[in-house]
Amino acid sequence: MSTESATESFDPSTVASILALAPFPVVVVDGGGRVVDANPAAVEAVPGMRVDAGFEDCVPRWLAEAHAAGRPHASGRIGNRLVRGTASRWPGGRLAWWLAGDDDSDFGSDDGSDSGSDFGLDSGSDPASGHRRPGSALDAGATAFLVEASNQLMSSLNVERSLEITATLAARHLAEVAVVVAPPSRRRIAITRVARSGAVERRTLRVDPAEVPGLSEALQGFPPVPSRWIDPAAAPGWLVPGDLQEPGSLIVTPLPGNGIPAGALVLLRGRGQERFTESEEALARVFAARAGAAISAALLFTRQSALARTLAEDLMPPSLTRVGGVELAGGYRPAGDEQRLGGDFYDFHGPTPDDPGVLVVFGDVSGKGVAAAMLAGRIRTSISVLRTVESDHERMLQSLNRALLSSRHTRFATLVLASARSVADGVAVRVTCGGHPPPLVVRTDGSVERAASRGTLIGAVESVRATSSEFLLAPGETCLLYSDGITDAVGGLSGTEHYGADRLEQALAGCAGLPAEAVVERIQMLAEQWLTSNRRDDMAVVAITAPIAPIRPPAPVG
Amino acid sequence: MGETGDWSIDSHSGRDGTTGAPAVLTAETVDGYWDALMARDESAALATAWSALDCGVPAETVVLDLVGAAQSRVGAEWAANLLTVAQEHAATALGDRVLAALGGHPGYRRHAPAPRGRVTVACVDGEWHAMPARLLAEVLSLGGWRVDFLGAHVPGPHLISHLHESGPDVVALSATLALRLPDAHAAITACQAASVPVLAGGAAFGPHGEYARLLGADAWAGDARAALAVLDRPLPRPRPPHQAVDDLPHLADQEYTHVAANRSRIVSAIVAALQEQVPAMRDYTPQQMQYTIEDIDHIVRFLASALYVDDAALFAGFIAWTRAILSDRGVPPHALTSALDLLGTQLRDFPRATSLNAAGHAAMEARAA
Repeated sequence: MSTESATESFDPSTVASILALAPFPVVVVDGGGRVVDANPAAVEAVPGMRVDAGFEDCVPRWLAEAHAAGRPHASGRIGNRLVRGTASRWPGGRLAWWLAGDDDSDFGSDDGSDSGSDFGLDSGSDPASGHRRPGSALDAGATAFLVEASNQLMSSLNVERSLEITATLAARHLAEVAVVVAPPSRRRIAITRVARSGAVERRTLRVDPAEVPGLSEALQGFPPVPSRWIDPAAAPGWLVPGDLQEPGSLIVTPLPGNGIPAGALVLLRGRGQERFTESEEALARVFAARAGAAISAALLFTRQSALARTLAEDLMPPSLTRVGGVELAGGYRPAGDEQRLGGDFYDFHGPTPDDPGVLVVFGDVSGKGVAAAMLAGRIRTSISVLRTVESDHERMLQSLNRALLSSRHTRFATLVLASARSVADGVAVRVTCGGHPPPLVVRTDGSVERAASRGTLIGAVESVRATSSEFLLAPGETCLLYSDGITDAVGGLSGTEHYGADRLEQALAGCAGLPAEAVVERIQMLAEQWLTSNRRDDMAVVAITAPIAPIRPPAPVG
Repeated sequence: MGETGDWSIDSHSGRDGTTGAPAVLTAETVDGYWDALMARDESAALATAWSALDCGVPAETVVLDLVGAAQSRVGAEWAANLLTVAQEHAATALGDRVLAALGGHPGYRRHAPAPRGRVTVACVDGEWHAMPARLLAEVLSLGGWRVDFLGAHVPGPHLISHLHESGPDVVALSATLALRLPDAHAAITACQAASVPVLAGGAAFGPHGEYARLLGADAWAGDARAALAVLDRPLPRPRPPHQAVDDLPHLADQEYTHVAANRSRIVSAIVAALQEQVPAMRDYTPQQMQYTIEDIDHIVRFLASALYVDDAALFAGFIAWTRAILSDRGVPPHALTSALDLLGTQLRDFPRATSLNAAGHAAMEARAA
């Protein structure tokens, strides 16, 4: 090997930039013992190391002595690391010292986490491709891959996304093609496949997993069949994507789940590619363990959230709209951002033969969160039944009170019932409060009134009384029902002041003539903006508005 | 409310159809719709939009260039003091209803586009301007996307659990007011940590999307049509989870933290000092006092946002805009200058805040000249 002539022909700037990338310290010394180049790793590792410094002045004595004596090998400590120095001849009569770690601690980057790039897997046939850490089966590239894989896998709780991430990572780093096979369900299996091109395909197939050697076992959680025992030619057509001519080798490994398998991972390489080595199989198993944990977590989350969503559906406030010439709008934000449910609630019911108007129910159950929401749901259900036999507000409240007192709950509720029906000159409203702050009414001229209704709260005492209040809303006027979360919103300049009834009335005064949705949005916005901290109660508002103009539906197109 | 500019604005109206030129919006239609909006005549507004669809105007054009353009005009006229806040709210609610009703037109989805991916459209927490996002949701849906529209003011935890549950290909985040930038950053980072790339849009992100880039969004679109075009190609998977501060190393100086955490105290001090300087303020009604406090609070919050993104132009732009808004409402500029002076005194120990404040002063003088 003609090292001399080869090195003489190097472009110095190229050499310098390659040196800068070297993972361990390299120092170039001229004939006079002066440092002419030191890469960043050297500057970091050797205190005082800089260009133009005397080499023997800044390196430890064992290295200085070897240099002075012209010995090309030396070892000793730099800081608390054991280092082996090797000198090589450098163009221009210079000498380069390469300082490699002599134990299992690398110089250079200690964390493998900064690598997001691909790496060549250590196939075991090339001893020069980096040393192995004692006691560890993984080389640095594999570690970097697993760090990246964990980063990506832990980011999603969505099942499809987790499957896709698993297949993509496996195809990019472990094989040419990767297929994630979900456990069979109703004789079908769902596969997520990433082809050589990187394209992701999802399919649900009516096939027998036993067609793939080892797959059935992997899906049942049995230990993986070694790759060398699997005949790749036996892989069925549905497994192999079109852009892989013919599979040359195959790994099938289970994706372990929460006691039951989360699926299996199949890795393929084409004929002509290297076959999978044992260390690659080992890495695939380690990866599959992490991917399986991520997929299982996503499955668990999906099932739980579907359950929660189904249970919550009936407890969520309905979307309000225009009913029989009355505009309705509602807005709700529960106390905690994590929850969608709380103790404030509203509901509405269409006209019945006894009551030609719509009935709006608005209330606040003591307490917060799901427990309060459950009782709110029961109250809503009770009223929807009561509504069919009773149209008198006070008697409805009394029936509801008896029902609540006889239940095992110790919670109570405040309630407003509002019946609204369209009349010739606006909307006629009757409201009855059961322990709830009376609704506010904004008139066309911007004045604000409080409905004159009082009553006992529900579910606390044996007998409840309530008086109703009736009034007419002219077009553009709104009756606002609100929960105490609005008036009790704490904030303002001092950060300790309540939003209060006065500010609410002032805000509502500006809402004369607005459509119901706009009133709700404005009140919600002002109260939310008043808040200075995240501590707050459930906030709910409902607007009952007399429309400014009657609405004609557009004529159907000819 | 009502800052101008959102991603509904688009200068060119109508695109070339595939076969022949589609019908275009006439000036008569545009004016008729506007008049109906101002008269709060929902039936007339809907009938105008409906008949444009009858005439073969593409749904996207009706959504953006009729409903969306009128909405932008509402914002501009509010800024120029031609509309009250109440009128602005009423017009927005009406536009919303028109959009909801248009879907019932038999020609609305005449061209069935090829199915695309799934997208979540949401406004940042604290952002109440839902209309730009609503228009975007409509246009994406017309373009073949499966859209989950979460509306205004979406708390982070709701957004993220929605992403995990529905697994969209991308989330489109909308913010109109620059005040929302710190919240937008938190939302962007959280979506990316959930492995969903973010398309940012809305006036808050700057006219050229500079703040979207700064805050690490995966893509930005200046309007709904641009968003549709950007999403033509799949967005790459977002960066691995990271801390918000990694994008904005200047936050380490704690100036943003100081101003944001002590906002109430800073505002109180300025109001107290202002009362010393302007004797007339002692006779203010509680309502007038409340407005003054809100205005000063707004300035301080804008300063905090400008500190967050470290951009003097953001603060200068806000001051120039505020000055124009106030002068349209007959408020003399010296009150704003005094407030800036007092703000400068409050923050004199903070070099970045001081230079932002100077930019605000410069904006006052530039406008005065």
